[in-house]
Amino acid sequence: MIADAGLTIAVPRGALFRETLDLLDGLGVDTSEIRGNDRKLVFPDVGVVTMRPSDVPTYVEHGAADVGVTGKDVLLEQAQRRVYELLDLGFGYCRMVVAARAGDDPLGEPLRRRGLVRIATKYPRIATTYFTGTGRQAEIVEVKGSVEIAPLIGLTDAIVDLTATGTTLAENNLVEVEQIADATARLIANPVSHKLKAAAVDALVERIRGLDIVARP
Amino acid sequence: VIHPLPTGTRDVLPDEARELRLLTDRLRGVFEANGYGEVQTPALEYEDVLRRGDDRAAGAAFRLFDDQGRVLVLRADGTIPIARLVANRYADAPLPLRLDYFAHAYRAIERGAAQEREFLQAGLELIGAPAPEGDAEVVAVVLEALTAAGLRRHRIGLGDASIYPMLLAQAGVPDAERATLLDHLARRDLPALETDVHRLGLSPATREMLLAPTSLRGGPEVLERATGPLAIAIENLRQIHELIADRGGDADRLIFDLGLVRDMSYYTGAVFEVYDPAVGYALGGGGRYDDLCGRFGRSLPACGLALDVQRVHMAQLEEERLG
Repeated sequence: MIADAGLTIAVPRGALFRETLDLLDGLGVDTSEIRGNDRKLVFPDVGVVTMRPSDVPTYVEHGAADVGVTGKDVLLEQAQRRVYELLDLGFGYCRMVVAARAGDDPLGEPLRRRGLVRIATKYPRIATTYFTGTGRQAEIVEVKGSVEIAPLIGLTDAIVDLTATGTTLAENNLVEVEQIADATARLIANPVSHKLKAAAVDALVERIRGLDIVARP
Repeated sequence: VIHPLPTGTRDVLPDEARELRLLTDRLRGVFEANGYGEVQTPALEYEDVLRRGDDRAAGAAFRLFDDQGRVLVLRADGTIPIARLVANRYADAPLPLRLDYFAHAYRAIERGAAQEREFLQAGLELIGAPAPEGDAEVVAVVLEALTAAGLRRHRIGLGDASIYPMLLAQAGVPDAERATLLDHLARRDLPALETDVHRLGLSPATREMLLAPTSLRGGPEVLERATGPLAIAIENLRQIHELIADRGGDADRLIFDLGLVRDMSYYTGAVFEVYDPAVGYALGGGGRYDDLCGRFGRSLPACGLALDVQRVHMAQLEEERLG
């Protein structure tokens, strides 16, 4: 369905990995080798390459993969990537939120007294766009991991991060104060592949729609 | 010490320069053989002059002031300066005018594939020739030029900038929503397009009409799948295809793409985009701009297409590598 149609699909390792492989199973792709081997990254027999979720748009934009699966959060953060977004796959649901230590007015007070709010995040573009769009001055501090500790030890007033269940936030005594966007897994395509391999791409989209996992508007 | 260059600019050394020269010579040879004459315009122009053509001066990103305090911009495309040139220098010339150019243009970049601040364009503009004959000529000449340059698998996507605005009007989509839907289509964010179309509370048939163009692309058979108002809109594309085949052009290399949108605001009819399967991004593009020359004082139907020489070279190298 992928390789024999002349397509290569970029599959994200990480939170979306299992469900993406389940999706491929549903399309009749043999994923046993991929599941059994977490060091090998390229599986040419089945037309699959695996990578970090945030690298998927990069490979697809350059045409190194024709299609790929990644989170809407990644696509929002890399909005400059020229990739086509074909389907909302429905799985991997989570929310991009502003979270802060529980308190009366975690954002209002720093804004009032200091003129800006400090935000730690792995998503500087989403955070900047959101705070600019809501008319608030923010200093965005980019961190690479465990963003939850930033407000706890006084690096920032709040964080912008992705949450599925809210468990990690709660364990770190953080509460969600604002919701920015919903995110689910998306099927993306390289613009040139979308045109030059139109039949294969369309057949893939139709097959996935037929699996009845896809979110409907 | 290494002295830095601005991001997105680069030096070209003899080996590469030789290949680029060969490539542009071959393109130029085909343009000239088809009656096109090369023109050169300044890289710097007055901003208020280029803004006549497009309110963003085609996305110009670099500005400076001259000694009179006037704002100068580095041109961001080749078409607007040529529309200006035609009004200035060819006010009474017999038509059509066939002009080509090999010149650098300058744009802002973001991190991403093949993003250059300074890029060499090889373009041609056919002025005073209406649709569909003019479009067919431009596309056929570019196909011929790319073949002469040594590409083997190049294709040209053919769409029409007037299709989607027409469908939006036909569907009675409120003005305020049209730009949003067009933007979704331009970026091909299909989940967002679907969600927003459903939100408008249209009939199922109308919804289908607004979503259909996103997947209608391919050979002439996609024209058979176009129904309703779309069927009328594609008549122009059908004729362009026929005319290219009639003049012995490489019509098999055409891909109809009813959802094709280009980011210049001045396109009024057919739009083109050039591809090669060896690289993941378009090698160039263009279209029909029947209102543009009029904004500079001489109202003329016109169309053109510009290739990014660097990207064509990249495609050449990749085709070679992939064999």
